[in-house]
Amino acid sequence: MPDPPDLPERSYRDGARAVIPLAIAVGGFGVSFGVLARAAGMGTWAPIVMSMTTFAGSAQFAAVSVLGAGGAAATAIVAALLLNARYLPLGVTVAPWLTGGLWSRLFHAHLMVDESWAVAAEGEGRWNPKVLLAAGAGIWVAWVVGTVVGVAFGDLVGDPSRFGLDAAFPALFLALLVPQLGGSARAFPSVTGGGGRSLAAALLGAGIGLALTPFTPAGVPIVAASLACLLGLLPGEREPA
Amino acid sequence: MSTTILVVMLGATALGTLALKGAGPLLLGGRPLPAKARSVVTLAGPALLAALVAISTFAGSRSLVVDERVVGVGAAAVAIRLRAPALVVVVTAAFVTAVVRAATG
Repeated sequence: MPDPPDLPERSYRDGARAVIPLAIAVGGFGVSFGVLARAAGMGTWAPIVMSMTTFAGSAQFAAVSVLGAGGAAATAIVAALLLNARYLPLGVTVAPWLTGGLWSRLFHAHLMVDESWAVAAEGEGRWNPKVLLAAGAGIWVAWVVGTVVGVAFGDLVGDPSRFGLDAAFPALFLALLVPQLGGSARAFPSVTGGGGRSLAAALLGAGIGLALTPFTPAGVPIVAASLACLLGLLPGEREPA
Repeated sequence: MSTTILVVMLGATALGTLALKGAGPLLLGGRPLPAKARSVVTLAGPALLAALVAISTFAGSRSLVVDERVVGVGAAAVAIRLRAPALVVVVTAAFVTAVVRAATG
């Protein structure tokens, strides 16, 4: 496994700090999840239990919208799991870096959501488990507290989109993507074209995601986009090891 | 909705999600991937992050839409270009989006 060249080791504290702005936005959406779940007839405790145990924002919204529209529980489960299918490839990317025992790995996996996975990425296929854990815990607390607030006093808060919180997510993902695009070239200057390949994978991933969005159920485009990483099978890039 | 159905739904969703999140870490955890797989996984970061950017900027319900989010994310791109810290980038995106939404809504 390649050693990270000259990168300061990030710790739990860095993960917690990095995730603060996202935790605020996630809390806002937790509130709207609580409101919608209650309106969909899930009562008070079920939305909170769901946020603690399922802990996947878009999937929970999907399940609740199915229930709210009068759909069957089975349909709600399928919709939620379809949206969460992206966690299969995300889980594979972090797996080599989770060196603990069975329960430790499962615990890290539970706290892996888009935001904590993105914050923990260090480029060149490296992920920092401490950052993943701390950032995931921060998001989890914000999501659960937001849900409680939404269930209890939801009507007073209103729609988080009013505050532009929906744009916070693409902005963060973009901020985390940009350093990864030049990563190979900077870390391994002798390997020319490494950064170009990251850029190609990024453009292909975004293209696949957008192309499928109008035609497939939500959740499918992001899974299909992960296939863009198969560009790594093309010959031509020297192994940076 | 009956309590039984609710409990089944909560359990199935939670366990299914944990299975999806945990499959990689449980089956492959703690071992370096073979070189070929590593060069694939290295590109999974940029590919998935870029797809998340694109989808969370343009996705409507089963459609692509251009709305206030584009302006907010554009402002975020400028902030990134100016090497602003992530907090500033995220706040900029939310603020600009909220302002445009208030002005045009």
